[in-house]
Amino acid sequence: MEIGKDLTAAAATPIVLAILAEGDSYGYAILQRVRELSGGHLEWTDGMLYPVLHRLERLELVEARWEVAESGRRRRYYRITARGRARLAEEHRQWQAVDDTLRTLWRTVSPPDSAGRSRAGGLRPRRA
Amino acid sequence: MTTRNGATSLEGQISQWREYLRRRQALQPVDVAELEDHLREQVASLTDAGLTEDEAFLVAVKRMGELDALSREFAREHSERLWKQLVVVAPSGPGEPGTQAHRDAAVAFGLAAAAAVAIKVPTLFGLHLDGDAGFYARNLSLFVLPLLTAYFVWKRRLGGSTVVWLALAFVAAALFANVYPFTEGGSTQALTALHLPIALWLVVGVAYAGGRWSLVTGRMDFVRFSGELAIYYVLIALGGGVLMAFIALIFQAIGVDAEPSFETWLLPCGAVAAFIVAAWLVEAKQSVIENMAPVLTRLFTPLFAAALLVFLVTLVWTGRGVDVERDVLIAFDLLLVVVLGLLLYSVSARDPQAPPGVFDVLQVVLVVSALLADAVALWAIGARITEFGFTPNRVAALGENIVLLVNLMWSAVLSVGFLRGRVPFTRLEKWQTDYLPVYAAWAAAVVVAFPPLFDFI
Repeated sequence: MEIGKDLTAAAATPIVLAILAEGDSYGYAILQRVRELSGGHLEWTDGMLYPVLHRLERLELVEARWEVAESGRRRRYYRITARGRARLAEEHRQWQAVDDTLRTLWRTVSPPDSAGRSRAGGLRPRRA
Repeated sequence: MTTRNGATSLEGQISQWREYLRRRQALQPVDVAELEDHLREQVASLTDAGLTEDEAFLVAVKRMGELDALSREFAREHSERLWKQLVVVAPSGPGEPGTQAHRDAAVAFGLAAAAAVAIKVPTLFGLHLDGDAGFYARNLSLFVLPLLTAYFVWKRRLGGSTVVWLALAFVAAALFANVYPFTEGGSTQALTALHLPIALWLVVGVAYAGGRWSLVTGRMDFVRFSGELAIYYVLIALGGGVLMAFIALIFQAIGVDAEPSFETWLLPCGAVAAFIVAAWLVEAKQSVIENMAPVLTRLFTPLFAAALLVFLVTLVWTGRGVDVERDVLIAFDLLLVVVLGLLLYSVSARDPQAPPGVFDVLQVVLVVSALLADAVALWAIGARITEFGFTPNRVAALGENIVLLVNLMWSAVLSVGFLRGRVPFTRLEKWQTDYLPVYAAWAAAVVVAFPPLFDFI
């Protein structure tokens, strides 16, 4: 199963903010964490994370700094800001609401088959 | 393959990839550095997992995603980057040292200040702008161009003998501009004032090209530089005009008349300093901002071609002869200069490999119609030149006309050959750049020979 493009995009902000809420991190490590947590279902193209991080930085939800990593290379670390935490809480409430709604619905409709014909939640089947 | 070789090939691949990324407009050096760190991390973890470095690199690049999509995302996030910004003095971000840009700017502004001071130095010796207009007119280029040349000598790190030749050219120019006993307000003085900058512009060109003057590309770069400089100078001058109007207005409000200081200080100092600043800006923005001259060329070539065609048709239709007034030759000289400029700047921006297109046809139409119009004018003037007598202005205008005519005629021949697929485009480029010294030679001849020939009138 692969999660659709729109849903991936929508989930990007809360996921990145939540990972940064665990502690400061950098691009590669954030992606590793996403892979690990989603069990590989949430596949981001690596490069695409960076425009997302830059957008969050512009919105002052995260702040970035350059540091020299243990490898000796310069690395850009991101830290969540107070505004970012507030936004994360807000995202949490919203996703919770969506989740609650869907949970109720899942009980009344038949479960989606393996071909993924269900359109709920923006999940779209992807042509191989 | 040994580990060492593997390491160098990985570094090579990464640096290639980095260069490839840098060419993307939406990606800035900081982003590239960030992405590179990511790539290296990915490669390291993949090689730890047992892949060879080559394989790891390929997988890592693949995972990074399609570059077009990536730079689109970056562009969406940083839309301002699509508007190429001229970062005059770049903040020294990671990876990119901004020191060279700082030094360039410091030297350029220093020279601009020097030019501003230089134009005021003659006042110390009792030569004032209003009283000695002739002196200033003859020497104007000598207040600016040596300093501009010095900038390029510094920037291109030109060596001893070149510098000596450049200096000698300026010394000679200063001599010819000042030793002749010109009649104040006479035509030979005006001719010197007009032609000296043209001759000296070649000297600037030699310094600009910095050893590449003998190459077509070196001279073509100088042509591009000249066009952009002209446009920048006009823009700065417009800004300066607004500034002066503003100053005049606010000082008027407190009952102080600021205008007298304009003529003696702001205008002359600003005009010479702006020239050097404009030259520096053109150099600084060279690869950052689209060249304007070719864009204007594209816009105006069809319009000028249409205007000339209409003129020729009207000429034939009405059967009117060219009214040989005093300045008609100069008008036609200017026409040829404009047509030549249009030709030159479209040549400068054209991909030599591209096949002939509609625009090339338009260009031939433009050149041929300009030649026809000029031929009509020359015919009319030639018929009556003895009647008018050979004044310096008329001879100079006639000489210029011939110089331009020769260039355009051969350009027309080459362009037609190019349209018919018989002549490679590079031939036209070479002809144009080879011809550049001819203008300077004619201008120098006017400066050196005309005053004594015509008794300094």
